[in-house]
Amino acid sequence: MTPGLIYAVTGCLLFVLGLGGVLLLKALLRRILAFNLMGSGAFLVLVGLAQRDGTPDPVPQAMVLTGIVVAVAATALALTLARRWHALTGREDIARVGDAGSRKRGRQSERRNTPR
Amino acid sequence: MKRLVRWLTVLALSGLAGALLLAIAGLPPAPVRLAGEVAGNLAASGVSHPVTAVLLNFRGYDTFLEVAVLIIALLGMLAAGLPPPPPTGSRNAMLPTLARLAVPLMVLAATYLLWAGAFRPGGAFQAAAVLAAAAVLLHLAEIQAPWPQHARGPRLAIAGGFLLFLAIAAALLVNGGLLRYPPEQAGLLIVLIESGLTVSLAVNLAAFFLLRSSSENGQILRSTAKMGEKP
Repeated sequence: MTPGLIYAVTGCLLFVLGLGGVLLLKALLRRILAFNLMGSGAFLVLVGLAQRDGTPDPVPQAMVLTGIVVAVAATALALTLARRWHALTGREDIARVGDAGSRKRGRQSERRNTPR
Repeated sequence: MKRLVRWLTVLALSGLAGALLLAIAGLPPAPVRLAGEVAGNLAASGVSHPVTAVLLNFRGYDTFLEVAVLIIALLGMLAAGLPPPPPTGSRNAMLPTLARLAVPLMVLAATYLLWAGAFRPGGAFQAAAVLAAAAVLLHLAEIQAPWPQHARGPRLAIAGGFLLFLAIAAALLVNGGLLRYPPEQAGLLIVLIESGLTVSLAVNLAAFFLLRSSSENGQILRSTAKMGEKP
């Protein structure tokens, strides 16, 4: 097992771990972190698989460098939206589709009654 | 019921992990050796480091669009607005001193990274990351103000690097291809693009953090929040 293949296997496990986080965690911040973990896993697979025969390949490395910066941008935007969501609704997680409307309405009326 | 769904999800994820690992283990060797292609054309790229050659010459359009994505993300953040940050109040005397010592060195390191990118690991992105970290450090030490909402400078700096890249790309279209540099000027053009990108990316990345604490944004947000609450 070459080091490149070990990187790729680790990347796969990180990806699945991140996917589990996105599916199972409720808090938005944790979900964003888990999504980042998925991205890191994908980057590791890309770089690791390309050098599994021992010679590093500059093309995937450049692609991953691009990907990392885009991931930072996406994370910053996601964090902004999460904070905005928190400021508007006071929630740190996204309600389930079924009861989103009723809960939100309840919270808003609650808010209207409290003096600011 | 909830617990059952949870266990089923974990089970499915384990299955996915196994399938991915099997797929990786059974992958045939790549039919094209990209590393060899890059090494063969490195002399014509204008730089001697293969990753920089791929980033700014062979796949320059990826880098170009990436900068555009960063600007779009920043526009999204500016549009969304942010609540004012909670007052920190804990001001450490060590931090400003340390920041004043570290930031000049960080600027020096960023300049070196930009220059080194042509022939060893380094380049515009690494340099921009160090510069942005310097800005964040200054902000945390309360030396640098948060994102100036109405100042033109940062916006011009962000747009400038991108527009420089765009202008060079547009000028090179007469050669009949997107970002196909003439080999004799490739080195100069890449240094020019990288310098513009370093400034643009550094301000952009720093803005991702500094926008966190713009009080004027907070006011905007509060007014829209009130509007949103009207039934």
